[in-house]
Amino acid sequence: MTTTRAPALWLAGALLAAVASVVLAVTIGPTDLGAADVWRTVVDHAGLSGALGTEPLARLQDATIWQLRMPRVLTAAAVGAGLAVCGVVMQSLTRNPLADPYLLGLSSGASLGAVLVLVVGITALLPVAAFVGAVAALVGALALAGSMGAITPTRTVLAGLAISQLAAAATSFVIFWSATGDSYRSILSWLMGSVAGATWTSVAIAGGAVLVLGTLLASTGSILDAFTFGDTAAATLGIPVQRTRWTLLIGVALLTGALVSVSGSIGFVGLVLPHAVRMATGARHRLLLPLSALLGASFLVWADTAARTVFAPRELPVGIVTAAIGAPVFALLLWRGRRAPRGLG
Amino acid sequence: MSAPSTDRRARGAGAARGADALDRSGAAQPGAGLAVERVRWSVDGTLIVDGVDCTAPPGAVTGLLGPNGSGKSSLLRLVAGVTRPDDGTVRLGGTDLVSMARRPRARVVAFVEQDSSTDLPLTALDAVLLGRIPHRSLLAGDGADDLRLAQDALARVGMAAFAGRDLGSLSGGERQRVHMARALVQEPRLLLLDEPTNHLDIAAQLATMDLVRTLAADGVTVLAALHDLNLAAGACDHVVMLSGGRVVAAGPVEQVLVPDVVEAVYGVRCEVLRHPRTGRPVLVLG
Ligand SMILES: Nc1ncnc2c1ncn2[C@@H]1O[C@H](COP(=O)(O)OP(=O)(O)OP(=O)(O)O)[C@@H](O)[C@H]1O
Ligand SMILES: [Mg+2]
Repeated sequence: MTTTRAPALWLAGALLAAVASVVLAVTIGPTDLGAADVWRTVVDHAGLSGALGTEPLARLQDATIWQLRMPRVLTAAAVGAGLAVCGVVMQSLTRNPLADPYLLGLSSGASLGAVLVLVVGITALLPVAAFVGAVAALVGALALAGSMGAITPTRTVLAGLAISQLAAAATSFVIFWSATGDSYRSILSWLMGSVAGATWTSVAIAGGAVLVLGTLLASTGSILDAFTFGDTAAATLGIPVQRTRWTLLIGVALLTGALVSVSGSIGFVGLVLPHAVRMATGARHRLLLPLSALLGASFLVWADTAARTVFAPRELPVGIVTAAIGAPVFALLLWRGRRAPRGLG
Repeated sequence: MSAPSTDRRARGAGAARGADALDRSGAAQPGAGLAVERVRWSVDGTLIVDGVDCTAPPGAVTGLLGPNGSGKSSLLRLVAGVTRPDDGTVRLGGTDLVSMARRPRARVVAFVEQDSSTDLPLTALDAVLLGRIPHRSLLAGDGADDLRLAQDALARVGMAAFAGRDLGSLSGGERQRVHMARALVQEPRLLLLDEPTNHLDIAAQLATMDLVRTLAADGVTVLAALHDLNLAAGACDHVVMLSGGRVVAAGPVEQVLVPDVVEAVYGVRCEVLRHPRTGRPVLVLG
């Protein structure tokens, strides 16, 4: 693996790609629109039409861009970026190549919360219920891991697995017991992950969480680097191992909880993307974290665009698309890594 | 790695530079160097380190010897601050290492573990650069100084040509030397080595001990767990012999590596001869 000494170039390229992806994705759909229309809409809603002398769009086109596509694309971008960062942090903290943002049972916890309100029929509460479910799973997993003594990578993984299975069983029970035709479909779509119903509120939740928590997590590069050779090495490099692990796990869980609450649990982004980026740039986190975030944003924007256009007018949950792309890519990475003596690298 | 002494780097004040540590072994000032007192550590009620008292003089190489399971690694982890002793004190030049904050301690103490590995794709140079983490802001990246130090350190352990190689593709001995380089860029005053010659061929073993001696001559206090009694006899100024978590003998090599101690600790008979060229003790086992 080559060492990259031009991180700025990578980051600039990835940022450009993310912005271009957002703009392009907004133009794609049944109503034909161009990048210029996107620009005019944004200018109009920023109240700058007069100042910049651009014409606002017709009402229908404006609504298509501003009410439907923009919130959806921006939510996808924020969720993709957040999941990728959470994936990197989880894989480093647990030193487990199979770790993903949902490792602590977060997606199962969120699903349980979401399914409960879907079955009861109070969909308005869905994000709240999902977030509460995710946090409950986090508390359960950390309490379980902590009760065994110091929270080591293995204990974290095992506790997450236990909570995850428990919540999944409870979810299945609720579905089995009470779901009927329609609610079953919306439950399935939620379980697979989707940003189809995204609104500006979703953008605010996911985007806000990514800006605050994601930025904090993305700035922990040196700390995660110190864990490269395990807890002992991290300690001798001056890192308070237990406190750091608790803090970062909670940070990841809160961010993931916020993302899950708007999009359901979208798989593979947080698992595969960090591996793919690591293969290209090496394992140093100062570049890996922000680059994964930017590429995660582009990736999910395009995955969601595919989800809503490939079988138009029918829509797929984006989780199906990410799994369809992610699983073969993961297999490819494993296959490429087979020459390396150890692990996925 | 053939001539590490040609590459000596200047160190801070107080370093007894140039003098050969072999001749100074008895001349250590009290209070300087490493002083471990009454250190005890137990796991689930089992006493593993049982009231260890020992010292490692500054600017000298101290060997930590003892059979498998005698507590060498455990003691090194306690001294490194990775685990906290239940009781006792660990001081370096009068500073209490146990109560010292982690980051300042990491600028003073470096520890090369018995085994350390990673599944991550990482170049040898990147692995060495990790040793700079305690010395810079956690938000900063590798500076030009860090890079230069890392390249110097790789050269010192004879691994300059491997800087860009993936760590996973290196041999066990090559990897061991990269870990050594990672400890060097930490610029420690106390260097703890857990079987540093593990995986190394005989030439590399001698070269590593030469490098360690050079560091000691530059003022670093070195405590190294070793298994090879002859390597210890040839390269250490002092040795501490552990058995069952206790110190059974400690002092200059000539006083500790004697047939009675070796037989009591290992249950193996031996003769002590003199190296015809260096005059150092040589143990013939059996
Ligand atoms: N965390 C732990 N929990 C339980 N027992 C431990 C722990 N750490 C060490 N021990 C035990 O303490 C004893 C000393 O272990 P240590 O690793 O310090 O030995 P060592 O002298 O380094 O041995 P070796 O030469 O084989 O490396 C061993 O019997 C070991 O099994
Ligand atoms: Mg050991």
